[in-house]
Amino acid sequence: MKNVFIKQTNCITPLGFDVASNWNAIQNLQTGISLHEQFGAFSNIYASCIPNSKIKENFQQIEKSVDDFSRIEQLLISVMKPIIDSNGIQPKTALILSTTKGNISALENNDLQSAFLSQLAKKIANYFQFQTEPIIVSNACVSGVMALSVAKRMLQMQVFENAYVVAVDEVTEFVVSGFNSFQAMSDEPCKPYDASRKGVNLGEAAAVVFVDTKPENALVEIIGDANINDANHISGPSRTGEGLFLSIQSALKEANITTDKIDAISLHGTATLYNDEMEAIALNRLQMQQIPAQSMKGYFGHTLGTSGLLETVLLIESMQKNTLIVSKGFVNLGVSQPIQITTEIAKKDIKYALKTASGFGGCNSAIVLKK
Amino acid sequence: MENLKEELKGKIIEVLNLEDINIEDIKDTDPLFGDGLGLDSIDALELIVLMDKQYGIKLSDPKEGKTIFQNIETMAKYIADNRTK
Amino acid sequence: MKESYYISNSCVIKNQKVFKNETLVFESNEADFNAFAKATYKNLQLEYPKFFKMDGLSKLAFLASEFLLSDKNEADNIALLFANKSASLDTDLKHQESIQDKDNFFPSPAIFVYTLANICIGEVSIRHQLKSESAFFCSENYQTEFMLNYTNYLLQNQKADKVLCGWAEFLNDDYQAVFYLIEKQGTKEHTINEIENLFK
Repeated sequence: MKNVFIKQTNCITPLGFDVASNWNAIQNLQTGISLHEQFGAFSNIYASCIPNSKIKENFQQIEKSVDDFSRIEQLLISVMKPIIDSNGIQPKTALILSTTKGNISALENNDLQSAFLSQLAKKIANYFQFQTEPIIVSNACVSGVMALSVAKRMLQMQVFENAYVVAVDEVTEFVVSGFNSFQAMSDEPCKPYDASRKGVNLGEAAAVVFVDTKPENALVEIIGDANINDANHISGPSRTGEGLFLSIQSALKEANITTDKIDAISLHGTATLYNDEMEAIALNRLQMQQIPAQSMKGYFGHTLGTSGLLETVLLIESMQKNTLIVSKGFVNLGVSQPIQITTEIAKKDIKYALKTASGFGGCNSAIVLKK
Repeated sequence: MENLKEELKGKIIEVLNLEDINIEDIKDTDPLFGDGLGLDSIDALELIVLMDKQYGIKLSDPKEGKTIFQNIETMAKYIADNRTK
Repeated sequence: MKESYYISNSCVIKNQKVFKNETLVFESNEADFNAFAKATYKNLQLEYPKFFKMDGLSKLAFLASEFLLSDKNEADNIALLFANKSASLDTDLKHQESIQDKDNFFPSPAIFVYTLANICIGEVSIRHQLKSESAFFCSENYQTEFMLNYTNYLLQNQKADKVLCGWAEFLNDDYQAVFYLIEKQGTKEHTINEIENLFK
C-alpha cells in the first residue's frame, strides 16, 4: 500500500484569503462571526459570512469575466488557483469536491440546473482542465473529512497519483431557515463545550488540500481514517457516541498507534447541547479525555461540509508551528464527562493529531495525521 | 373544544405522516411521546411549526413544548388560551 | 494473495417494478411513487411506521436495501456506499417552496432533515443496525470504476466484510434504484462489466 501525504493547503474565510492570514487571525482570537441585522427573512442572526466585495475583488485578480462565475464558483476557483499553480495537474490527478449544499441558492431563482452538484464540479474541472471525472462527496457535515479519507484510499489503491480535495459551503437562507426550524441556532456567538452554550452559528468558507503519494516536502502523512455511522437517529447524535467512538478506534488501529500518542485533537464542536456532549462521551470511552482538544467553530462558525477540511488545514498549521489552538468561546466545561479543552495558546510538540467530524444522518469521520 | 381536539388530531396525523392511524385511534389523554404515538424529537419540532402555522402561537423554548405536547387535551387547552388565528 | 469478490445479490427498482437478481419479484400499477412505495412496503409485510415519514429518496433506498439485507447476520459488518445524480434536490425543492413566500414562511424540520442526501444511509443503517463504513457520492451517471475500487479498498483493508453499493436516483417522482451486495462468496464476479449489466 502506498503512503499518502498532504503537500499543500489553502483556505478562504472571513478572516483571510490564505492560510497564513487565517492562522494569524486565530492566534489573535479574532472571529469571522458577527451580527447580521437582516438576513433574508431573519433578523439579528450571528453568522460568519465572507463579504461579496472581498470575494469579487480577489477573483478579479484571477479572472476578468467575473460575471461568468457564480459566487460559489468564484470561491472554489480562488481557493484552488494558488495550489494548482504550484502543483499542476497530471493525467491521473483527481478532483474531489465535498460540499453539503453546493450552489443551493440557485433554487431561489428557479435555476434547478445550477443546483446539481455535478454541474458545479464540472465547471471547476473544466476551468482547471482536470482530465479525470470529478468525485463528489455530499455527506452532511462530515463531507470535508470524508473527502480526504476518500482521496487517501483512492491514492492507496493507485487509482489516482494525486488529488485536490476541495470543500465549499455558503451561508444561505436555505440553511439558516432549516437550522432555525431545528431550534439549533445560538442567539449569541457560539460557545463549544461551554456550560452556557446555546447552539450553532452558521459560517461559510472554502478549503483545499493537495494530497500525493510522493513524500518530498510533505506537511503531514494521513495514517488512518474511518467513516462510521451511529445507526441511531437521523438528526440526533448517538447518546453513547458509538459511531464517533468506532471511527476513532478504526482510524487509530489502521495508524497502528495507541491513543496516548495523539498530541492534539480537533473536534467537531458545533456548540449544540447534544453534539458536544456526545463527543465528550466518545473521548472518555477511548480514554482520550486528557489530550488537548478544541473546536474552531468559535472562529468560523459551522461551515457545514467544509468545516472538516478547513479545520484540518488549520490543524496542520498547528502541527507545523507546534502550537495548540485555543477553543474560542469556551469558559466553563458544560459536558458531563471531563475533556481537556484548550483555553490558552501553548507550545507543544505535535507529532500526531486527530481530526473528527459528526453530522446529520448519524455520520462520523476520523482521520489521524502524522508529521 | 371538542371540535378543536378533532381538528388537532387530524392535523397531527397529516403533518407527522402517521400512517394507519385514524382520528378515533388517538385518545385525548394518551401520551403523544414515548409509548403513546411513538413521536420523536423531529416530530416535537414539527408540532412547534404546526402551532405557529395553524394557530399563530410562537414557542421559542423547547422545554415549554414538553408540557404543552403531553397529550391532545393539554395541547388543545393551550391553543384555546393562546391562539392568535 | 488477492481475494476475489462477488456480486451476491442485486435489486433494481424502476417503472413500478422490483427485480431481485434480475427476476421480477413485485409489480404495482400505482403510478405515483409514494403509492408504489407503500404497495411495496405492504408486500414485504413490514412493520416500520417511520417509513412513512421518509422522503422519496430514503423510501427508495430503504426498499432496495430491504430486499438485500433482510436476512443478514447480526454480526455482519456491511458498508453502505450510495450514490445518485440529484442528491436531495427533490426535497430541497420542497424546503425552498416553504421559504419562498415571505408571507407564508414555515420551514418544516421534518422536511429540512431530508435535504441531505446521506440521510437515506442513516435510515438504512438504523433499520439494519449497521454501525459501519458509509459514504454518499454524487455524479451525472454511476461511477462504476470508482465504486468498484472503493468497495475493493474497504474489503481488502478489513474496513468491511460486505459492501452494499447503490444508485438511488429520485427527482420529481422519477426514480431508479440499482443496488447490489458485494461479498467474498458468490458466482458473479465483481467486475465493471457485471455491474454495468445491472443498469441495462
